Amino acid sequence: MGEENEAGDVASSADAAVTITGVTKRFGDVVAVDNVNLEIADGEFFAMLGPSGCGKTTTLRMIAGLEFPTEGSLKIFGDEVGTLPPNKRPVNTVFQNYALFPHMNVLDNVAFGLKMQGASKSEAASAASEMISLVQLGGMEKRKPSQLSGGQQQRVALARALVNKPKVLLLDEPLGALDLKLRQEMQTELKSLQRELGVSFVFVTHDQEEALTMSDRIAVMHEGKLLQVGSAEELYDRPVNRFVADFIGQTNLIDATVADADMIVLANGTKIMAPNPHLAGTKVAMSLRPESISIGASDDIPEEFQATSLQGEVSNVVYLGHSHVYTVEVDWMPLEVRTNATPTSQVYKPGSQVAIWWDRRSDWVVPDEGFSS
Amino acid sequence: MTTVLATPELEATNERQKRRRGFFLALPAYIYLSLFFALPLLIVVVYSFATRTRSGGTALEEWNLESYRKLGEPIVTDILLRSLTLAIITTVICLVLAYPFSYFLATRRELTRNIMLVFVMIPFWSNFLVRNYAWRVLLGNDGPVSQLTEGIGLGETTILFTPTAIVLGLVYGFLPFMILPMYAAIERMDWSLLEASRDLGASGFQTFRKVTFPLSLPGVIAGSILVFIPSLGAYVTPQILGGGKKTMLGSYIVTQFLTARNWPVGAAVSTVLMFVMLMATLIYFRKGGRTL
Repeated sequence: MGEENEAGDVASSADAAVTITGVTKRFGDVVAVDNVNLEIADGEFFAMLGPSGCGKTTTLRMIAGLEFPTEGSLKIFGDEVGTLPPNKRPVNTVFQNYALFPHMNVLDNVAFGLKMQGASKSEAASAASEMISLVQLGGMEKRKPSQLSGGQQQRVALARALVNKPKVLLLDEPLGALDLKLRQEMQTELKSLQRELGVSFVFVTHDQEEALTMSDRIAVMHEGKLLQVGSAEELYDRPVNRFVADFIGQTNLIDATVADADMIVLANGTKIMAPNPHLAGTKVAMSLRPESISIGASDDIPEEFQATSLQGEVSNVVYLGHSHVYTVEVDWMPLEVRTNATPTSQVYKPGSQVAIWWDRRSDWVVPDEGFSS
Repeated sequence: MTTVLATPELEATNERQKRRRGFFLALPAYIYLSLFFALPLLIVVVYSFATRTRSGGTALEEWNLESYRKLGEPIVTDILLRSLTLAIITTVICLVLAYPFSYFLATRRELTRNIMLVFVMIPFWSNFLVRNYAWRVLLGNDGPVSQLTEGIGLGETTILFTPTAIVLGLVYGFLPFMILPMYAAIERMDWSLLEASRDLGASGFQTFRKVTFPLSLPGVIAGSILVFIPSLGAYVTPQILGGGKKTMLGSYIVTQFLTARNWPVGAAVSTVLMFVMLMATLIYFRKGGRTL
């Protein structure tokens, strides 16, 4: 299976904010999290990405102490916390539905954590007001959560967690309930807040775009397993398997068989140049991003791309202003091709016979087993 | 069919029609309640200001506060104090018993929950009077409870016809009224709030004090009122289990109306009782209703 994750590649574990080693979580017969190994560095903006039910939220809740692992070790800055209750951990959470206390006003909500830790009333109140202004809610201290908009509630939840100066801030789908424009605004704000505070943010999302734009590193999970950890570029350009290739961004996944270290054979027998580490005869999929493909007249393929080209027919074209998105039918499947649209660019109408080609460094061969989408 | 464009005027007419339709639907209940509830209530209040005639009748012509003045006499204040004490003790015991039970109930699976709720309500299926006589047998000198305490060497139980028996009976009778609203309040609580509290550093006990309890307060207040009010005016239980030895408010009122034939005093006590209950209800809406 192509799921060797890159857990070992973050400095040494003493510096790591969170170290998860061999953690499994079962609910009855259901394995929610399956032998996950993960290190999150101090000061990192880290995303856990995956479809619903993939185990990302359970993993986050285990870091928070709201669930305990069935097996494995969980450390925060080197201290084992596996079965420590949440109030004994140096982490705080921004909950998905914010979980603001409805019977307290904004100030009391934000001051809650400090008071619980024994701060005096006035200390707690002044630290809370400061944090409330930091999230730009100054003047709203006396309001009840029900009198705030979704975006404002989100900020209160953020302030309520951050005021405790957690060593790691956990965010569970923090932007899920907001509308698009607000979400984009909050993305930028969260990112700059994280940079300003220098604290690790670990956030869970099912939105790959959100993960790509905000995070230093992303962990992709599926069916309880950690598939890949890496930067946005690594995940996008070098996915470890079919699932990651398909889940991150848009791609064409073309079934093929390995011929040798440089060649693969497609379903219709076409040989394509594609350097790969797999044994001859292995079933693979070639991931080809729509924007990496060029389109042109059938007999117009540049010399150097002859070994990485296909013939096909345009079946559909969509104009998006900055680009044209073509659906090109090759023998056995449709492929998506995206080209920059300029006033001088040639447009191919549906029905046109075309050639498509790409740089051989831009295709990427992934093992086909397991995670089909 | 033609489409009618909704103009503001049309909408206003619709609104009016809707309101009128609602009124007609509610009319039977309006009439019933005014005739058989509001009117008798008014009569009670009016009578409380009237005078008892020598022959035991009621003279409505002479309005005065004589009956209310009578409430200040030691006999009546004693009864009032005793009733208040027993009602408060009953309410507190119900509260202490019902809270953990309701919490437990609210955290069960739905099936378990429903079965347990049915068990809570089963006593209502038999007559209240009959159940009180059953308690009399239970607590009697030769009853099972007495036999048990004698058997284990604690001696005879002699609580029948004491205030303890009254409280036992009242707790038994009104406990479901405490459990149901409490359960409803706890059940609809957002459990992620408790997680948030723990996450923010609160211990289990702090979470209960600062989050769980305040959020269940509407249920606690509603339950307390539902237990306190009928306990205060209880008649059947004090009569049967208290043996009518030490009179409580309910018995006193009955005596005033039926035996002493002093309707104005009976009416005055009833009016005061209603006033206390009204106050309790108002407190509920001020304190508890706000967080609902």
